[in-house]
Amino acid sequence: METIQDILKSERQQPWREELRKSMKAKDRTSIQRVKMPEQDPHVRNRNHKEVNQGLTEEMALKEAQRCLDCIEPTCISGCPVGINIPKFIKRIEQGEFLESAKALKETNALPAVCGRVCPQEVQCEASCFYVQKLKKDPVAIGHLERFAADYERSSGNISVPEVKEKNGIKVAVIGSGPAGLAVAGDMIKWGYDVTVFEALHEIGGVLKYGIPEFRLPNEIVDVEIENLKQMGVKFETNFIVGTTATVDDLRKEGYQAFFVGSGAGLPKFMNIPGENYRRIFSSNEYLTRVNLMNAANPDYDTPVFSGKKVAVIGGGNTAMDSVRTSKRLGAERSMIIYRRSIEEMPARVEEIKHAQEEDVEFMNLNSPVKYFADEKGNVNKMMVQKMKLGEPDSSGRRRPIPLEGSEYEVEVDTVVVAIGVSPNPLIPASMPELEVTDWGTIKVDKDSMQSSVEGIFAGGDIVRGGATVILAMGDGRKAASGMHEYLKSKVGKK
Amino acid sequence: MNKIVEKEQLNTNVVKLVIDAPRIAQKRKAGHFVIVKINKKGERIPLTIADADPDKGTITLVIQKVGVTSHKLSLMEKGDYIDDVVGPLGHATEISDVGTVLCAGGGVGIAPLLPIARAFKEAGNRVLSVLAARSRDLIILEDEMRECSDEVIIMTDDGSYGKQGLVTHGMEEILDREKVNLAVTIGPAIMMKFASLTTKKYNVPTIASLNTIMVDGTGMCGACRVTVDGKTKFVCVNGPEFDAHKIDYDEIIMRLGAYEDQERKDYEKFIETLGK
Repeated sequence: METIQDILKSERQQPWREELRKSMKAKDRTSIQRVKMPEQDPHVRNRNHKEVNQGLTEEMALKEAQRCLDCIEPTCISGCPVGINIPKFIKRIEQGEFLESAKALKETNALPAVCGRVCPQEVQCEASCFYVQKLKKDPVAIGHLERFAADYERSSGNISVPEVKEKNGIKVAVIGSGPAGLAVAGDMIKWGYDVTVFEALHEIGGVLKYGIPEFRLPNEIVDVEIENLKQMGVKFETNFIVGTTATVDDLRKEGYQAFFVGSGAGLPKFMNIPGENYRRIFSSNEYLTRVNLMNAANPDYDTPVFSGKKVAVIGGGNTAMDSVRTSKRLGAERSMIIYRRSIEEMPARVEEIKHAQEEDVEFMNLNSPVKYFADEKGNVNKMMVQKMKLGEPDSSGRRRPIPLEGSEYEVEVDTVVVAIGVSPNPLIPASMPELEVTDWGTIKVDKDSMQSSVEGIFAGGDIVRGGATVILAMGDGRKAASGMHEYLKSKVGKK
Repeated sequence: MNKIVEKEQLNTNVVKLVIDAPRIAQKRKAGHFVIVKINKKGERIPLTIADADPDKGTITLVIQKVGVTSHKLSLMEKGDYIDDVVGPLGHATEISDVGTVLCAGGGVGIAPLLPIARAFKEAGNRVLSVLAARSRDLIILEDEMRECSDEVIIMTDDGSYGKQGLVTHGMEEILDREKVNLAVTIGPAIMMKFASLTTKKYNVPTIASLNTIMVDGTGMCGACRVTVDGKTKFVCVNGPEFDAHKIDYDEIIMRLGAYEDQERKDYEKFIETLGK
């Protein structure tokens, strides 16, 4: 059987690739400086909801694509959770064949315009780039180029629909329409399955819609990628909670032969400190859902949101950055990140931290809330914060924050957003007692096939990981799709 | 899209809508709720399922006009469509034959109480109901409650119907008279607070069904958090029913008003547009 390595090798040997490689000396390629993503001015953008990153121009993209050396051993690919053929799509850009480039992306990635925007490339493909590994130079801007190709295709009006195999009539159910579920759907539909995605909310996209703000990922872009999956034949059912609207057993009776659970994050975590249930103290899920999914900041929409002038966001991850930057855009004069470790230990992407700093977000590192105060109506008006110092590394490898006794002080606030993580969504495990879960409530799976303890039920994304990134969820989805495909082949005895 | 197949005005402020929702009608049990969103620009609000007909594939919702969304719902007509209805959500009421069950409902809370009273009756219990409201026209679903109750006491604040007094007076009348094994209370938070103080005096285990602000209703946003027995719980996935004696009602009342200023302004604006 042909391995992925064989395929990559034979594609690399195609005449057009050979020609391109010869067209420019490696030395000339490596002497080009990495492109800079054009951005909205920080003090303009922190008052609007438009995208911060403006995207590369054709000229920029062509030049950046020239930097890629089309390596014999493309280490970048091994850094990509969904295994995109990175040199191929970049060389298509260099060739000027932007639509072909987008096609190359869609061979393995159902959501290139999304990934080009929100993947942490700096710790994945770009971290494995030859430039970083061997030349100690800035990596090829793989993420920016991915976004460029996907955006070019979308605005060209010439969106290619990936090839789909002949229908095999086998029904599979995908539970949850976030990045994990969409990745499963994208692969399974290509292989000829009859795929239905069930979504609890009224919109398709999961965290891409309710969580990630417009200024990082416009909903319109997510919708185009979903439309592409619909064109391929994926069916979507909104307002459908598997486990209550219908159980897995009901769906089995309706002919579904395999399931993927990608139900995502659930209950927001709180710190359980005094006053945390006062009004205007929100979980990041609530705050972002109101603004992103429900359009609460737009007066034409019925959902309200309170966002004040002095906003404290508790946490140091991407969700905390999304929340604090949203608060600026909703009119905050003072937006603060309160995080118990130092800035180096923050789990957020470097780019998000940098963008937040440029937008005048205050970083109060080595601080942790201990208590909230409120006015007579119960609206939070003050918080007590304690200073921390860093001790020895803990199990996460990061230095453990230690409270400094007697260092407490008060900060005036009128809005607090708690962004310290979520526990897995309890709805599916609660409806299926036979499904094995960990002590944290995440679903246990085989790490290769992503199959759970119940035959024919696969899982991935936050319901397995407990809280990760879009691209890791998509990687899980692709693995689970392969696992499901193998399972169904052996079970049904046909392709 | 869910079609409204029947509409009935229960009083000036309360309407009953029967909605096409076949899957929910199949699965729904007493105590469950749904999240409803009228249209693209609508908000998501929780509504308890008052009744269901699995054969016809319909569920019944009872809505009191209190703000923009409930008012918009009350203006919808038979044949109209509601964009989004999702459920059933929450844990169903634990129904068993415990002996005598006291059902205390206030105002529009009588609607979610009805299926629970019915289920306890069907399980073989003696069901005693106290229905309370400010005045006569605000007592809803009286006939239906009578059908599944061994006795019904009506209480009105102004004495315009039944006896004059609060829900607690009617409850005490029963509790003084006979042994009650379980009480269920649904209504405004302040009413449930006093109803549960009353049953506590008599040591009667009591459940209260809570209705809080929710956004997704599926365990994601945490807007519905309440304190029960000193711990934070989520009404949508841990509830909506809790041990009534352990609920922090004052916190619920405070949190229910979280958007009161904005909601009042929006509602005034909406009423103005109706006049035009």
